[in-house]
Amino acid sequence: MNWSRKWINPVLDKEFRLRMRTPRSAFSLLAYILVLGLIALGFIYITLYLGNQGNQPFNSSAGRMMFYVLSFAQLILIAFMAPALTAGVISGEREKQTLSMLLTTQQSSATIILSKLFSSLSFMTLIIVATLPIYSIVFLYGGISLKQMIFIFLFYLFVMLLLGALGVLFSTLFKRTMISVIVTYGVGLCIFLLTGILYLFAMSIVQRSYYSGPPTTGTTYSWVGYILGLNPAGALISLFEPSFSKQAFLLQNGNLSSDAPIQLWQEFVLVYSVVIIAALWISIRRIRPVARRKHSHPENGLPGVKTSTGAHS
Amino acid sequence: MIDIQHLSKRYGNFDALKDINLFIPEGTVFGFVGPNGAGKSTTMSILATLMLPTSGVAKVDGFDVTQHPKEVRKRIGYMPDFFGVYDQLKTTEYLHFYGASYNIPRSEREQLIPQLLELVNLSDKSDVYVDGLSRGMKQRLCLARCLIHDPKVLILDEPASGLDPRARIEMREILKELKQMGKTIIISSHILPELAEMVDEIGVIEHGEMVAQGRVSDIQARLRVKKVLHIRVMDREEELAARLQDEAMVSAVLSDNTGIHVHFSGGDVEQVQLLQNIISWGYAVISYHEAQTNLEDVFLEITKGGAAV
Ligand SMILES: Nc1ncnc2c1ncn2[C@@H]1O[C@H](COP(=O)(O)OP(=O)(O)OP(=O)(O)O)[C@@H](O)[C@H]1O
Ligand SMILES: [Mg+2]
Repeated sequence: MNWSRKWINPVLDKEFRLRMRTPRSAFSLLAYILVLGLIALGFIYITLYLGNQGNQPFNSSAGRMMFYVLSFAQLILIAFMAPALTAGVISGEREKQTLSMLLTTQQSSATIILSKLFSSLSFMTLIIVATLPIYSIVFLYGGISLKQMIFIFLFYLFVMLLLGALGVLFSTLFKRTMISVIVTYGVGLCIFLLTGILYLFAMSIVQRSYYSGPPTTGTTYSWVGYILGLNPAGALISLFEPSFSKQAFLLQNGNLSSDAPIQLWQEFVLVYSVVIIAALWISIRRIRPVARRKHSHPENGLPGVKTSTGAHS
Repeated sequence: MIDIQHLSKRYGNFDALKDINLFIPEGTVFGFVGPNGAGKSTTMSILATLMLPTSGVAKVDGFDVTQHPKEVRKRIGYMPDFFGVYDQLKTTEYLHFYGASYNIPRSEREQLIPQLLELVNLSDKSDVYVDGLSRGMKQRLCLARCLIHDPKVLILDEPASGLDPRARIEMREILKELKQMGKTIIISSHILPELAEMVDEIGVIEHGEMVAQGRVSDIQARLRVKKVLHIRVMDREEELAARLQDEAMVSAVLSDNTGIHVHFSGGDVEQVQLLQNIISWGYAVISYHEAQTNLEDVFLEITKGGAAV
């Protein structure tokens, strides 16, 4: 009771109640698990009856394969789910005409934004945790360590945070939920697809110039790898196989003994942490009107800080 | 308590508010009147820290709404003209949420909420989902929500809109009670007679400008330049009507089965003079009185020409 009073602020409390009282939440949970479960069953069916007809269907390589398939499916599901759950949190209140009353309370802009993001993330975490039984099939096969699994789940959490922060940002900036959802999916698509396509494209150009140009012995890895580090799928693979980062940076015939400048997932986390912080910062500043500097108050160094966060006063 | 100076608001290149000046002393109930699109809601959202003025200053209890919004929010209860509720919450949960949002401890809220529900006559709905309340009940619930942190100032944007006559009367009773509690209330409405009974002052806004402002009776008096006199005589009514037509300061004379209606532009002295004339002409006057001009007429009068004051 005591901890809940300390940690659960009124906005969060309200968000949790509202979220868990709508039947939609239960349905989306069911649908999500159903999709992932079907993918798992489909995979088992394929490996058992169509693919590997050998005498060892439950080997560790099949286990790893299934883990990859599930993990990618999960990543794609998250990409679809996170914007849907977050791109309406502020604009939805605006459309339901409850926002103005919320904004006249004593809750700070940061509390409102972060609580709304946190409650959406909590629900997504619940969904991800609910898929764990499906993952347990993987352990039947073996070939995956618990540590790897935990890393993958933390990575999901980060991707949800990223898409969630963007969803909240657009939900704050745009008046209409519809537009906010579309823009969030658009940006999500860029992060997921555009970076991948750009990588392949840049790689092919660099490779060509590598062969046609004068032979160089100095650099064995290329900047092109950094593009792949912006792609969630690339980062995910680098979590499975640490050597993948090296391959991403290496040109063909490069020196295999040289290390990658940075692991892809590390780059991913670094770059997008900045994006997340920026998105949340802008959301917090923009949810309430920002007062311009008043010349009569020169001591208020940062214009609008008081208005946007309400931290002082 | 509320001090607005040279307040202006532009939307793009449309002036929604032009140099509004307004001072509302503590404990005053101020009626804010104007036709659609006059700028009432705009003024009120600026006071509620939801919108920034383009220029000018607005202060609540000495705190500038743009510089110290958090202090202002502590002191105001704001009821928007259109508002929604969280359907999935029960009435008490709804109030608990807002109470907690104003940092009121739970133990205090437990005591406060039944009292507030009592005040707005919703005690029997305390365990009902907000979704299931009627429009009028939601309106009263929203009023209870405004009061939860015991604000000094209430900013009520058309609290009676969309209510049936009975619900309007209920709302008015609640507001009277709040007035007795010493709150400073600024309330907007299109319907003036409704306000007349309870407001101390009115301000009439039109096209973003304050066109009249002051005590209700003063405004009424100032606008009573042109009044309607109602005269009944024993006999020879038509003859008198024809005769009055030629009197100075009389613009029109209508006569029907209730008597003669004279549109008269004189003051009190001229009004007395006219009565004396009629009597000296030998008519037996049964009644001679000024027809009641209600606030509705005042409102139409002010907002029709703009040059009324
Ligand atoms: N967000 C906005 N963007 C552009 N113009 C606006 C906006 N909000 C209000 N206006 C304009 O400002 C003017 C004043 O609007 P406001 O809502 O303050 O009027 P009001 O007096 O409350 O009217 P009503 O009685 O209809 O509620 C209107 O002409 C309106 O069209
Ligand atoms: Mg309005």
